[in-house]
Amino acid sequence: MTDPAPAIELKGISKAFGPVQANKDISIRVMPGTIHGIIGENGAGKSTLMSILYGFYKADAGEVYIAGKRTEIPDSQAAISAGIGMVFQHFKLVQNFTVLENVILGAEDGGLLRPSLAKARGALKKLAEEYELSVDPDALVEDLSVGHQQRVEILKALYRHADILILDEPTGVLTPAEADHLFRILSGLRAQGKTIILITHKLREIMEITDTVSVMRRGEMTATVKTSETSPEQLAELMVGRKVLLRVDKKPARPGAKVLEVENLRLVDENGVERLKGISLDLRAGEVLGIAGVAGNGQSELLEVLGGYANATGTVRVNGRAIALSGKDCTGQSRRADGIGHVPEDRHHEGLILPYTAWENAVFGYHRDPAFQSGPLMNNAAIREDAKGKMARFDVRPPDPNLAARNFSGGNQQKIVLAREIERNPDILLIGQPTRGVDIGAIEFIHQQIIRLRDEGKAILLVSVELDEIFSLSDRIAVMFDGQLMGLRNAADTDQRELGLMMAGITEDPGDDSIAAVEAQLAAKNAREAAHHG
Amino acid sequence: MDKMPAWADAVLVPLISLILAALLSALVIIAIGESPAAALKLMVEGALMRSAGWGYTLYYATNFIFTGLAVSVAFHARLFNIGGEGQATLGGLGVALVVLYLPWPHWSLALVGASLGAAAFGALWALIPAFLQAKRGSHIVITTIMFNFIAAALLNYVLVNLLKPAGAMDPASALFPSATHLPTFQQMFSSADAPLFRGAPANISFFLALLACVAVWLLIWRTRLGYEIRALGHSESAARYAGISPVRIIIVTMLISGGLSGMMAVNTTMGESERLVMNATEGAGFIGIAVALMGRNHPFGVLLAAILFGFLYQGGAELALWTSIPRELIVVIQALVILFTGALDNMVRMPLEKLFLSMRKGST
Repeated sequence: MTDPAPAIELKGISKAFGPVQANKDISIRVMPGTIHGIIGENGAGKSTLMSILYGFYKADAGEVYIAGKRTEIPDSQAAISAGIGMVFQHFKLVQNFTVLENVILGAEDGGLLRPSLAKARGALKKLAEEYELSVDPDALVEDLSVGHQQRVEILKALYRHADILILDEPTGVLTPAEADHLFRILSGLRAQGKTIILITHKLREIMEITDTVSVMRRGEMTATVKTSETSPEQLAELMVGRKVLLRVDKKPARPGAKVLEVENLRLVDENGVERLKGISLDLRAGEVLGIAGVAGNGQSELLEVLGGYANATGTVRVNGRAIALSGKDCTGQSRRADGIGHVPEDRHHEGLILPYTAWENAVFGYHRDPAFQSGPLMNNAAIREDAKGKMARFDVRPPDPNLAARNFSGGNQQKIVLAREIERNPDILLIGQPTRGVDIGAIEFIHQQIIRLRDEGKAILLVSVELDEIFSLSDRIAVMFDGQLMGLRNAADTDQRELGLMMAGITEDPGDDSIAAVEAQLAAKNAREAAHHG
Repeated sequence: MDKMPAWADAVLVPLISLILAALLSALVIIAIGESPAAALKLMVEGALMRSAGWGYTLYYATNFIFTGLAVSVAFHARLFNIGGEGQATLGGLGVALVVLYLPWPHWSLALVGASLGAAAFGALWALIPAFLQAKRGSHIVITTIMFNFIAAALLNYVLVNLLKPAGAMDPASALFPSATHLPTFQQMFSSADAPLFRGAPANISFFLALLACVAVWLLIWRTRLGYEIRALGHSESAARYAGISPVRIIIVTMLISGGLSGMMAVNTTMGESERLVMNATEGAGFIGIAVALMGRNHPFGVLLAAILFGFLYQGGAELALWTSIPRELIVVIQALVILFTGALDNMVRMPLEKLFLSMRKGST
């Protein structure tokens, strides 16, 4: 018996953008009815490869075979007719169209909509039954949760008769429960003979769902292995090119005095939407308090308020002394004077000035320090010298202070920000998404720095959307949902499941493991909110 | 690296733009039946080959340096100040008031006083648009351009109703006292046997402009304020994170920008006409935008671009005087230079960048 032809085979794909070789001689075989993971760090070339497969880019060299047949894919239309469907990280849905309208968009059967809509309604019903892909066809997309919007994207692809489904970082915006459901949908699709390519940077997902996995590093395919025959450690090593410590080694925390007390913090944004609805928390010296939650539930606003560049009401005490939450004394400068350092969530738009050199960035926010002035001018020589030391101690590569910040990799940019904030020796360090867009090697280093700081008796408030990161660093964990804290747990006394429920806004445990119960609660909650808005 | 070397960006791009503009201008001149070579010769001879020509070129360049610096400083904070014209107009009023109504024993003191007056009036004229931008979000392009018209109308009113000496026919102030007349290049550099810069309006304020170049360079790249101005220009969200107040920086930057525009009036009003007249700015406020664009918002670039535009102004005047090329066509040529060096910058930059990239690829 011969093997069936691979669903997709790429042979010798290369693609360069200017001098950057994004894909270098990549060959890969994906067998039908399997889930194939592609893992790699940011910039490893995963998205480029998939964009070639979907007809967005033209490869400089190489061939694409679909079901054993050589296929040219000049544009996405060709990809769709070859049976490839793509679910992007950022959904491509018309927000104020219904699910049905979105599904037929671009696949209408003629000038009149009614017959297409009727046909799609029937098809959707069938797909929903087959794959656990139930979505109300008449709901407006803007009223759907993120998880449901993603299902619409999958339905769109299936409606176009996709046999091969590519998902680009599909779980980035999902709660753990939603991610679990997605994986069950994917398993169902696999069982029906569909082929799925899953692009991700999360090792856990690869281990959980895929049959085979390909690892990419710097534009090259470094290995393709059977998932059952590999381990997260081995995959991480293949991704980075050296051994990596996945778990953070840390001693139990020895929390000291309360250094930060937040009471009833409220923030209403310029559109009149309440973003923080009465946040109260304490932070002790020598501990890491992790704030988990799906992005956009008020974490950013919390950091902005504590960092001094958003106005709020309520009380915040630092070392027992109340600090201003609005007006002249509520600035980034006064917060720094109060001993609060801040590694912001978005290093490109907040933490760094990308066109500035590394040395200019290494004093950003502390540039009024008299040590860096000489008379009316800035003492650039002293600043450069200071930056050189910081870059050496934080292993920033290349160690060239005259290089513009935008020319460093994500991890090295983050190290510049960390070095700047940590070396000012703050009592409290706010850290938002410390490892977003950062390569695994740098993640290890950054996590070690955070724990070192904790062990020196500093208080650390960590905001992250990566639950794994929250777990590996935090001593206590709070979950934010819809501008509120859903609860506070000791890291040792909780698990991903409990936090996952809290991230979806559910505090009382539904008791059984059934996702349906969670979904019912979510739906009820959405309905309540919809009624509230209406 | 996806960029070409800095020298190519700073020198090659403007140079090629300039050559393209010149070629197109040549075609226009051919189209009306004149010789481009003769026209170029006339321009060069009239503007650069005689010291008097230089005297005019540098006189115009002085104006353009001030207004070009003004646009550059604002642009570092991503503010597009196109109100240089109005700020310079008010600067002229400041000069006239200081010089006419205060007793000055010597021109050097008067120069200091007039500079301060010009800068203060120009700065105040920029303050209102700055305030509206910082506090109310009214776009500075709209407000500064409206303030140009208000300035012109205001000066008209002040000259006709307040400053015009009794019995005078033209809308101009009284002549400034002779003690406040600034030394011209002719007075400064001529000797009895070697007359230089004869009759040319270039005066000591050119050196004031050079000083302003150095001061702006120090401000932008060596002071804390400059650091904060550039930070705000690159990223407002990052500036807020660092505790830099956008409101404060916008207002301070516009005050400096307006002050620089205003100081242009020292050259025209005190150095040349020696009284305040209508429309003394002659569009220099707008030329400043092109100068800043071409000079890449760097004081040294501004200096070079200002001299180039000074040459175009003076050479253009020569053309109008000696050929049948109409005055309007000279404006067309100047406009072509602005179009190519400013607006069509990317047209030259992109192919050049590609060229450099392919060269680098070939060599590695």
